Amino acid sequence: MMLSKGLKRKREEEREKEALAVDSWWLDPSLPAVAQAPPAVASSSLLDLSVLKLHHSLRQSEPDLRHLVLVVNTLRRIQASMAPEPTLPPVPSPPAAPCVADNLLASSDAALSASMASLLEDLSHIEGLSQAPQPLVDEGPPGRPTGGSPPNLGALDLLGPATGCLLDDELEGLFEDIDTSMYDSELWAPASEGLKPGPEDGPGKEEALELDEAELDYLLDVLVGTQALERPPGPGR
Amino acid sequence: MARNHAGQFYSGFNRLGPWCSPSGSPAPLSCETGCGEGSWILVCRLLVPTQVSLLSMEEDIDTRKINNSFLRDHSYATEADIISTVEFNHTGELLATGDKGGRVVIFQREQESKNQVHRRGEYNVYSTFQSHEPEFDYLKSLEIEEKINKIRWLPQQNAAYFLLSTNDKTVKLWKVSERDKRPEGYNLKDEEGRLRDPATITTLRVPVLRPMDLMVEATPRRVFANAHTYHINSISVNSDYETYMSADDLRINLWNFEITNQSFNIVDIKPANMEELTEVITAAEFHPHHCNSFVYSSSKGTIRLCDMRASALCDRHSKFFEEPEDPSNRSFFSEIISSISDVKFSHSGRYIMTRDYLTVKVWDLNMENRPIETYQVHDYLRSKLCSLYENDCIFDKFECVWNGSDSVIMTGSYNNFFRMFDRNTKRDVTLEASRENSKPRAILKPRKVCVGGKRRKDEISVDSLDFSKKILHTAWHPSENIIAVAATNNLYIFQDKVN
Repeated sequence: MMLSKGLKRKREEEREKEALAVDSWWLDPSLPAVAQAPPAVASSSLLDLSVLKLHHSLRQSEPDLRHLVLVVNTLRRIQASMAPEPTLPPVPSPPAAPCVADNLLASSDAALSASMASLLEDLSHIEGLSQAPQPLVDEGPPGRPTGGSPPNLGALDLLGPATGCLLDDELEGLFEDIDTSMYDSELWAPASEGLKPGPEDGPGKEEALELDEAELDYLLDVLVGTQALERPPGPGR
Repeated sequence: MARNHAGQFYSGFNRLGPWCSPSGSPAPLSCETGCGEGSWILVCRLLVPTQVSLLSMEEDIDTRKINNSFLRDHSYATEADIISTVEFNHTGELLATGDKGGRVVIFQREQESKNQVHRRGEYNVYSTFQSHEPEFDYLKSLEIEEKINKIRWLPQQNAAYFLLSTNDKTVKLWKVSERDKRPEGYNLKDEEGRLRDPATITTLRVPVLRPMDLMVEATPRRVFANAHTYHINSISVNSDYETYMSADDLRINLWNFEITNQSFNIVDIKPANMEELTEVITAAEFHPHHCNSFVYSSSKGTIRLCDMRASALCDRHSKFFEEPEDPSNRSFFSEIISSISDVKFSHSGRYIMTRDYLTVKVWDLNMENRPIETYQVHDYLRSKLCSLYENDCIFDKFECVWNGSDSVIMTGSYNNFFRMFDRNTKRDVTLEASRENSKPRAILKPRKVCVGGKRRKDEISVDSLDFSKKILHTAWHPSENIIAVAATNNLYIFQDKVN
């Protein structure tokens, strides 16, 4: 049995049961491997595999940054080979708020999540990956979805139906582990972006969310409820 | 130096059996430089016991009984025993290993004696201590692994030995010293250490030092913590012996050994906007002679040489080493396999060696646009990259080492294979570190992987390789042809038979 790094998950176990055969669907076995030019377009299974790896990596409480960066870069290459226009949609440069949020963090989890979110939103343009309605992601600048649905679910939907990795759809479930010290009023800058991939990533992961006013009020109500339950009063509160 | 009882106590558990004198057919022809690619013999296989009671300084020798239920059988080894780093000290007398359980085990070379010439080159346990414990970061609710990522020795300046060991977040300086005398005759304490009633003391005496059984003790002298947000991958002692650096995925910090609450950040590649992150630091090392120079490698296959005299923050490199991509070998995995997992200066300081997934490259510091030598470690894996990506093996980080004269380089592979390349003769050899194939003093048989066509009797086909048996960590004695190879929880020590 071959070992793989990181957590073992059922999906990967099934894959590992296959012998390490020549990647026949990847290369023409009759040609010498070295001289074989890679296919111009990656197969969709390679894309799915990479997305799976990315999601798996993000779900770690402390992702291996090197692994994450390499998978993301590989994913970009795959996407570039599949999309007619290789240039990615420009990401709106976030204002000061995410930097403030970032400074609060000892780690880069939220900002990294933001970068993954934008990448995932890019991927949503690839057909077949996302079963979420396209308008959910295409409307407006990336990261600013239509009203009504919670914003970060937009990108999560990309993963959920396609890969079945989204575990908890409930809004409260997403927020229950947040370090709410982040939600001081001066930090609510509407253009900040962020995404938390899953609720079980552990408390302390902080978010910078992009919201409009109605959602902001709704979320604050939720937070006040959970905050009262979970957080003892701290300084400055 | 006196033999130590700790070593003698352990040695019985570590040896495979009575040594047989070298015999059998004469060694195959080895190359002129004596790298001995055909004549390596197994000296000993060291299995770190998993149930050693940790020795504390205060314990009396008699009570320091080793738990006799050693788990000597390989099949019972726990994951905590997996060796994660191996390093000889500067004289080669000591060999340190770190494991996933946060433990450091130091082996000492057997003293040479005229009567037992064939035992030269053996290493026995000298000291064992728990360097790092699992920690919990309460702010982020994260467990910090206790796995020892790297050990680096300091050059010896007095009777004690000093080494740096690091896990993902914290570097520690350990002092390993011997004690063979103890004071006796205290006035205020009796021989068991209990306080005496001062009223009963009628005379004063001067305590005297009396010999005792040799005891090796390890004490943490410095703890360098809270300076790394990301995971530390490298530490490197500077040639000034006053400073060292620690590198994580995005930053490199410079420390003074005496100061633990401060470090200087000398490299920071964290982008202001994390969305722009495309590259991380994978390894870093100081120049062996120039205390102002260091190199660091990246996940994109580049190496940067930096000069600390140029500016406080060495974000601008002095030299930039990158080989242009070979268009015929381009694939979706090109970047991953170009990611450098280890970088090492040659002892001379003129070259650097880098290890990426499929090759080892030697670079001349004076030529930045391409390496001067490239060695294929296991090119037969090139057609398997997708499967290796699938099972994450493509992310394995292999290390590489120079021999003492910079004429031979060594690195590991899968199936417990490791490879040596002689830079002068351009010959290479594949050897295997495994229990089944190695008897003590037996000559290692070169291995060969069959890449296609008819498989010969002794060859192994690519599809039969065991990818769970990976040699990531190896070390080469600084002046002799003695190598240490870590295979999971086993430490193999091989020696050139020519010596």
